[in-house]
Amino acid sequence: MESSQATGAPPLAAAAGPRRHWGDRAFSGLAIGAGLTVLGLLAGVALFLLIEALPAASASPDRLPEGKSLVDYIAPLAFGTVLAAAIAVLIAVPLAVAAALFISHIAPRRIVLALGFLVDLLAAIPSIVYGLWGIFVLGPAAVPVLEWLEQKLGFIVFFKGPASATGRTMLVASLVLAVMILPIVSAVCREVFSQTPRKLQEGALALGATRWEMIRMTVLPFGKSSIISGSMLGLGRALGETMAVTIILSVSGIVTFNLISQANPSTIAANIALDFPESSGLAVNTLIASGLVLFAITLVTNLAARAIISRQNIQ
Amino acid sequence: MESSAADTRALLTSPPVGGPLWRRKAFNRVMTGLIVAAFAIALIPLFSLLFEVVKRGLPGMSWEFLTGTPRGIVGGGGAAHAIVGTVVITGVTAIISVPIGILAAIYLTEYGGKGRLRRWLTFFVDVMTGIPSIVAGLFAFALFAIFLGPGIRLGLMGAVALSVLMIPIVIRSSEEVLKIVPNHLREASYALGTPKWRTIVKVVLPTAFAGLVTGVMIAVARIVGETAPLLVTTGIVDSINTNPFEGRMQNLAVYAYSEYRTPGVMKQASYDRAWAAALTLIAIVMILNVVARLVYRRYKTEIK
Repeated sequence: MESSQATGAPPLAAAAGPRRHWGDRAFSGLAIGAGLTVLGLLAGVALFLLIEALPAASASPDRLPEGKSLVDYIAPLAFGTVLAAAIAVLIAVPLAVAAALFISHIAPRRIVLALGFLVDLLAAIPSIVYGLWGIFVLGPAAVPVLEWLEQKLGFIVFFKGPASATGRTMLVASLVLAVMILPIVSAVCREVFSQTPRKLQEGALALGATRWEMIRMTVLPFGKSSIISGSMLGLGRALGETMAVTIILSVSGIVTFNLISQANPSTIAANIALDFPESSGLAVNTLIASGLVLFAITLVTNLAARAIISRQNIQ
Repeated sequence: MESSAADTRALLTSPPVGGPLWRRKAFNRVMTGLIVAAFAIALIPLFSLLFEVVKRGLPGMSWEFLTGTPRGIVGGGGAAHAIVGTVVITGVTAIISVPIGILAAIYLTEYGGKGRLRRWLTFFVDVMTGIPSIVAGLFAFALFAIFLGPGIRLGLMGAVALSVLMIPIVIRSSEEVLKIVPNHLREASYALGTPKWRTIVKVVLPTAFAGLVTGVMIAVARIVGETAPLLVTTGIVDSINTNPFEGRMQNLAVYAYSEYRTPGVMKQASYDRAWAAALTLIAIVMILNVVARLVYRRYKTEIK
């Protein structure tokens, strides 16, 4: 917090004297009002979702969509959501950490900015475009890989098959999610990696460490919590990502770990996007209830990530 | 005793990791190669995606696509209504989000001090950046449905949903640039007897102006291509609507989705239009990102 003393909040807050100018009162009122509005907005998100979700929670199961109770309706969706996001994180994190290391420690200084821009571009591409790319390009391209996985690794529950002929599978959806969350994971890691104390790095090199040994002994231990918090931020992003999954995944209401077949569990977000436009009455309330569950899951994930980051900042 | 001294000497002189030097060097090269390869793999999707969007988007791109609407035309027409919708929805979102975002950032850097509200706000802005876009859409739907009935679809609803996503981005970026305005500028202004609010308006904000504009442009680029929140708030429509307070509205992303989702009789033509809309979106996003960075480089106040 030393930096905020140097440049941030002015130490001469009382400079205008005890009798504050009317303009000062109005302006600080506006600024505080904006801050409170933001807090109110967040509270409003939780409140209004809750109000609109309640009718579904209190209604009898046979009036809800598919005649299931609310828990039975949301549980398979929550399973699909967590499965898709977890695989995406597993794929994205190693690549993101490597990309961050490349930019912070390996790439020539001159092109570092440009490389960072390229990775950030991945985050700028709208999710609808990822969806179209996933179903028209990546999906068809993945079919031979899916078939190979079924033949060679079919004994593992994830690759039991039968392999989809269109590529609209959980594995492909998760791959696209991985690409989408890679920039955020990478950005968090890069930030911290580049702050590794110079004296540690130079000490390691001076003791004869190769560059990889230096990275392994100084940068990675220093950045360990950033890898964890970045992964959790990415997980939060993947849990809530809607359009790519909506477009790519061919869904049925089942619960399965099979990642390469035509029948996949849907995710909460994709299910809302698919069903909401044609729903009315209690079905809408049910979808909003599922949205509330998604909100809660992402909230917990993000809070955990932020807690790790703030603990690290204190150190 | 002697052995411990030998141990110490061995520890001081031994390389930090065991093994002969050639093997360590080889391992270093292997790991470096892996890292470079992983970086390259991470960028393959970017290039593949940009290539495919241009390749598949160009056939559908035409004057008719940019100026016509599908109204009254079976399986054809253009995306003018979606382009207008994108501009209106994004504009209204910016009108809501930019003042709130920048004022909240001013509160955080200029008025917050070390107070509780400041800490809460910082924390919850972080939380807000993690709200899934579809949840923001559901929130706007719930808000309007409670007061106006469940069948309601408005451009304004979409703007409210997108504001939930845009405000935290504006706050974050504005806070960053306000923080780096040097304190001596503020102190010089106070020393001349200028009240604090005039100092902020006349000294702090102009100094940070380029950074604020850049931040807003990047925030706009982030929300201009949103689909999910608009799917549940602004609906789908086939004619131009410029009034955010009445009737359905559609943006380019939702247009691309509906062309893909419900293709007409001529499937390929619909897909072509979906890709053309994707290409238009990507172009908008890229231009915003590049111009934002140029603005910053060209107009940023040199801070020494």
